[in-house]
Amino acid sequence: MSETVLADTSDAPAPDATAPTAKRPALLGGRIPLARLRDLALVPAIVVIAVVGQIVNPIFLQADNLINVLQTMSEIALLVLAQTMVLIVKKMDLSLESTMGLAPGVAAWLVVPAGTGHGLGLLPGAWAVPVTLLVGVLVGVLNALLIIRFGLNGFIVTLGMLIVLRGILTGISGGQTFFQLPQSMLYPGTAEWAGVPASIWICLILFAVAVVVLGWTSFGRSLYAIGGNVDAAKAAGIRTDRVLWIVIVTGSLLAALAGLLLSGRLASVASAQGNGYIFTVFAAAVIGGISLNGGKGTMFGAFTGILLLFMIQNVLTLAGVPAQWIGALNGLIILVALTISRITGGKVQE
Amino acid sequence: MTDGERELSSAPAPADDGRVPSGPPVVEATGIVKRFGPTVALNGARITVRPGETHALVGRNGAGKSTLVSVLTGLQAPDAGTVTFGGRPAPRLTDRDAWRQSVACVYQKSTIIPTLTVAENLFLNRHDRTPTRLISWQGVRHRAQDLLSTWSVNVDPQTLAGDLTVEQRQFVEIARALSFGARFIILDEPTAQLDGAAINRLFDRIRDLQQQGVTFLFISHHLQEVYEICDTVTVFRDARHIVTAPVADLPRTELVAAMTGEAAAALREQRVSSLDSNVRAALSVRSLSSDGAYRDVTFQVGAGEIVGLAGAAGSGRTELAETVVGLRAADQGEVEIAGKRPRPGSVPGALAAGAGFVPQDRHHQGFVPDMSIADNATLSVPRRLGRHGFISGRRRDRLADGMIENLAIKTPGPELPVSGLSGGNQQKVVMARALADDPRLLVLINPTAGVDVRSKEFLLGKVEETAETGTGVLIASDELDDLRMCDRILVMFQGRVTTEIARGWHDHDLVAAMEGVDLDV
Repeated sequence: MSETVLADTSDAPAPDATAPTAKRPALLGGRIPLARLRDLALVPAIVVIAVVGQIVNPIFLQADNLINVLQTMSEIALLVLAQTMVLIVKKMDLSLESTMGLAPGVAAWLVVPAGTGHGLGLLPGAWAVPVTLLVGVLVGVLNALLIIRFGLNGFIVTLGMLIVLRGILTGISGGQTFFQLPQSMLYPGTAEWAGVPASIWICLILFAVAVVVLGWTSFGRSLYAIGGNVDAAKAAGIRTDRVLWIVIVTGSLLAALAGLLLSGRLASVASAQGNGYIFTVFAAAVIGGISLNGGKGTMFGAFTGILLLFMIQNVLTLAGVPAQWIGALNGLIILVALTISRITGGKVQE
Repeated sequence: MTDGERELSSAPAPADDGRVPSGPPVVEATGIVKRFGPTVALNGARITVRPGETHALVGRNGAGKSTLVSVLTGLQAPDAGTVTFGGRPAPRLTDRDAWRQSVACVYQKSTIIPTLTVAENLFLNRHDRTPTRLISWQGVRHRAQDLLSTWSVNVDPQTLAGDLTVEQRQFVEIARALSFGARFIILDEPTAQLDGAAINRLFDRIRDLQQQGVTFLFISHHLQEVYEICDTVTVFRDARHIVTAPVADLPRTELVAAMTGEAAAALREQRVSSLDSNVRAALSVRSLSSDGAYRDVTFQVGAGEIVGLAGAAGSGRTELAETVVGLRAADQGEVEIAGKRPRPGSVPGALAAGAGFVPQDRHHQGFVPDMSIADNATLSVPRRLGRHGFISGRRRDRLADGMIENLAIKTPGPELPVSGLSGGNQQKVVMARALADDPRLLVLINPTAGVDVRSKEFLLGKVEETAETGTGVLIASDELDDLRMCDRILVMFQGRVTTEIARGWHDHDLVAAMEGVDLDV
């Protein structure tokens, strides 16, 4: 993926650009300005963690372990992908984590045969995946309707939605876990394509697509324009509301897909599925260089952000740190990472 | 439309310098009416701009200039009246492309996206594409480079737009407007945030473009600029068209009279110096230095004295004034305010020592836009509002009422958010805050930037009044009108105080000193 990013030029916004008209520092004969390297800011950290991990426990760099890391992060990485798009247009979507639970939850509720747990058995198993994705789209449409059409504050709307959706899932499941999912729901989370779990493929491919869309299409650039200065974007002829609709609905759809992958991998839908993920998602995005003020940051940066967090977590586990302490350490890592990026980035994070 | 109107010439005579207008007017608006609820923003207003001319639109705040601009640029439809471009009726409001080909406006508020590069800003939503439908960044970059060099704008297209200076940003916006094919450009107070040298460069650029057939509508509060750059001037007052005339035929006093609706006040009376040398100096600065901004500056401001600090942008005047009030800390030297030495770099320290100040950019440092006038004006004096950190709303409103009256702020009441005020009145709120604690030293940085003529007169009068009560005043500005009442002016050039000019100077002396030119050689 890094090749895609480096292949062309220099357009991307970066916080550490040099003074105007001054000759910009650049590498490789001017092909890659230094500013572009902000995207790669976390790469050295990832390398360091890899080395440390290998020293701590030689298992770390083995293919099985790396695939394990990628697979555990694949679902949450899709949330990061969704949130990054939403953040770039200067909105927030807190409800992603609940969508991730509710979408497969509703599908399981309708599909799982009656008599076992809370299933209704109304639909045949093949409907599970379409229903999951449909629920994701519906949640997105509802969010977009409230935020864009009615002009409500996105943070509060999605906070309310987060609670409502979680409540609905708890309601339909009776607080229990759905088991006996149909084969179609298990497939994306369990299948292997070319020896690598399908969820990893899906995650990587979607990130690659997102990198290209955000970097090299008018639609993608309009996201940055809207987040940077929505009036200027309108003046440039961008249909800002339409772009915002697409971003919010796509974000929810991706969350539903993430939920599908997770349910498939765990072969169940717990009523707490996705609960608390949103904090990790925000942390990964911000560490990856996405500005909460909109208009700044790249998809590749966001990917390195979530990758770094999961690698550190894996190293801690391999080092035998008690599971009870991982939470505290995770929070600490986020704070340290932000401090470091403030020092290296040199700018106050808004 | 007829009452109060005074027609000098029914159709403006062509400018007499060879640029004889030909063809239909670039833009012609007639009988424009625009209402916002009960407010009538434009009442039968009209304007005709001929090809190749630079047309000034002047008027006090609230005269309807901004509304006319939004009608002319197709952002708002008029309730009545017609707009034509080159004889053809204006396009539909939704047809943004057609509007962009007819007219462009460089607003005071930037329409540049700070997080994107200059190149991308120029070609936003119309990027070059490769055959695969993806954006070709190389193409965008080259086209941006071409465009910028065609109009000789010296900016690297790969710079982030947020890193541009105000001046560069304006040039980029002008270039972008031209790239859409528009040859009629509205400049909305382009000089408000520029220093003298940059204004001159902007004017040179305007003259260049005029030669190349670009027509400008120039909106400004500075009448001097109108005389310097414009061929024709149109005056609006109270939502109406008052007069259109060639600049050369309209003397200054008549222009001001047309704007204010009353005969222009006689020249400001020479004020009597209120310097009281028996009292301890309001400010004394000793060998103050700050890396890259100013070096070894020493001066005093006596009680009741008004001292100007003049200089071009980058001369260090703003930095020096900001150091005095604690917005910055100096590397060396000391600042003493009314006998006390506040901790360097501490605004609370400077305020406690008796300083009050009007910062450079009111939007940025001056006020909190959504807070009320009362809250803003009393922001720096919480201890006068109540005990133990609690704020008494009644006491605050009483204090604010006094300020509103004292500074003649036009508002229905102290609870109105500052964002709802006009530029002149906003600046008065900032001034009110500076005066809230009866300062011993008043520091003003560009106090009249973006303020209409009347408010400007008023603010400067207030400064004089304050000096008469024994307060020392330091005005850092490059606006000659701000400096006229100073007892003496310290001129800074490249970080040093190079000249001290006593009262009674001529404009060219001061300008020459600011530009570092010696007229005697």
